[in-house]
Amino acid sequence: MAISQRMARAILLAPAGLWYAVLLVLPLIVVLVYSFGERGAAGGYAPAFTLAQYANLGARWTAFQNTLLLAPAGTLAALLIAYPLAYFLALRVSARWRTTLLVLVIVPFWTSILIRSYAWIFLLGGRGIPQLLSDLGLGDLRLINTPFAVLLGIVYGYLPLMVFPIYVSLEKLDKRLLEAAGDLGAPPWRSFLQITLPLSLPGVATGSMLVFILLMGEYLIPQMLGGGKVFFVGNALVDLFLQSRNWAFGSALAVTLVAIMLVTVTLYMRFLKRIGAARDDVGLM
Amino acid sequence: MRLYAFAVYAFLYLPIGIIALFSFSAGRNASQMQGFSTQWYGRALSNPFVLDALQTSALIAFASAVLASLFGTLAALALSGMKGRLRTLFDALIYIAVMIPGIVIGIATLIALVTVFDAVNPWLEGATGWRLSMGAGSLIAAHGLFTMSLVIILVRARIEGMDRALLEASADLGAGPLATFRQVTLPLLAPAILAGFLLSFTFSFDDFIIAFFVAGSETTLPIYIFSSIRRGVTPEINAIGTMVMAVSLLMLVIAQITLRRAEKPNPQ
Repeated sequence: MAISQRMARAILLAPAGLWYAVLLVLPLIVVLVYSFGERGAAGGYAPAFTLAQYANLGARWTAFQNTLLLAPAGTLAALLIAYPLAYFLALRVSARWRTTLLVLVIVPFWTSILIRSYAWIFLLGGRGIPQLLSDLGLGDLRLINTPFAVLLGIVYGYLPLMVFPIYVSLEKLDKRLLEAAGDLGAPPWRSFLQITLPLSLPGVATGSMLVFILLMGEYLIPQMLGGGKVFFVGNALVDLFLQSRNWAFGSALAVTLVAIMLVTVTLYMRFLKRIGAARDDVGLM
Repeated sequence: MRLYAFAVYAFLYLPIGIIALFSFSAGRNASQMQGFSTQWYGRALSNPFVLDALQTSALIAFASAVLASLFGTLAALALSGMKGRLRTLFDALIYIAVMIPGIVIGIATLIALVTVFDAVNPWLEGATGWRLSMGAGSLIAAHGLFTMSLVIILVRARIEGMDRALLEASADLGAGPLATFRQVTLPLLAPAILAGFLLSFTFSFDDFIIAFFVAGSETTLPIYIFSSIRRGVTPEINAIGTMVMAVSLLMLVIAQITLRRAEKPNPQ
């Protein structure tokens, strides 16, 4: 019986296991191996064992600089906008409306980011808001293809992902703590600073990490709203793999990107342990 | 506070709403609504490139969602109640598959598959006359990685929330393991599987970045839209975009309703 149960499990797991082996583990190993290789004569990859690609990372320094500047900035902006909303949903809305309002926050995340970024091209582009402003006699304003447009697109795209984890941790908060603080004479701002905010930190950390990690690999938003002027690592990767076909250097860039993300996740886990919070399970819906 | 929340919802929905509104504009001007017309929808739906891309996208999304729901459910069944190293390994793989940025998945899949195909093709062509190349198949497989992980997460959560007493009762009443699975387990899991299928379809249908690398010579709808936008903003794109959003919204609403219904246990 024990053996047949094992067999059944193996059969059930086989397709998924094969998928992960061929389409996740193998590709990641290939990227790692290629990152130590050289560019082939006709593009692509030529076998070698060299650190030259990593030594050359400085050539794409601007992309890293932009990413490491705008990804945290975007995360922070999304956090500042998301927190009050999550607070409102968790503590100020009646149970009847809560689910609907929460779903309304998450729905945009599951719709095409391409179309949602396009919406901002439409709004910020020459014939959108700038035209409207100059018709009103408010002068010329250039919005599209600026860092501001990219930041706006980032916040717009990732806000839902930030609201949800913060909401979860605020919703779990024991409301009696707040009542007790009030009974003991603490003004609302004080019970917020000493109870609500510290207890919601795990949600803040989870949301920030999720958004930050996804932003590190962002391509579409800077491409569409930055117009090639605000270059992220993702844009450099597309260039290296689809235009200049330098797989070895591109792989080194991708490995570096993943390494930065791994370090961030590790630091985040440490931070969570230090503030003594269990990991919040982040629902995707 | 209420006003603030209202402003954030406006921020989230106004841009989408404006795209939808202007898709019905008769003119080409983006700063001013000019009359009402459905001509851009007519134009989009008679554009052979759009129809072709739509068909490709729908086919790929359907195939990868079917595979993900089937294999993901099987894996979730095996993983529930399992302990030890294999479980830890799968948990790690699922986590990595969900968390790693699409662009890295796209690149890694591209170079790994091209390398494997280049190695296998001379031999395969000699033996069968067939060649492997990047295209619909590789894209279905690459989308399947993310969507399968999604299905595993959803279905496993449902299995863990399932009432074990029902399974015991079924066994006590003389049902064999297979009958119990068909008559008790599967109906209980069905909403999670369906929700997983719909989310998988939506993900694949909307994905641009993985397809950008892995689709080979195939043009999916997001790839078509992306290249059209590069050539300039047109009202036709507004119409296509509105339709794409409508498809996602429809899928999401159905997924939400199924999950919500399933969470409320039947009083009887």
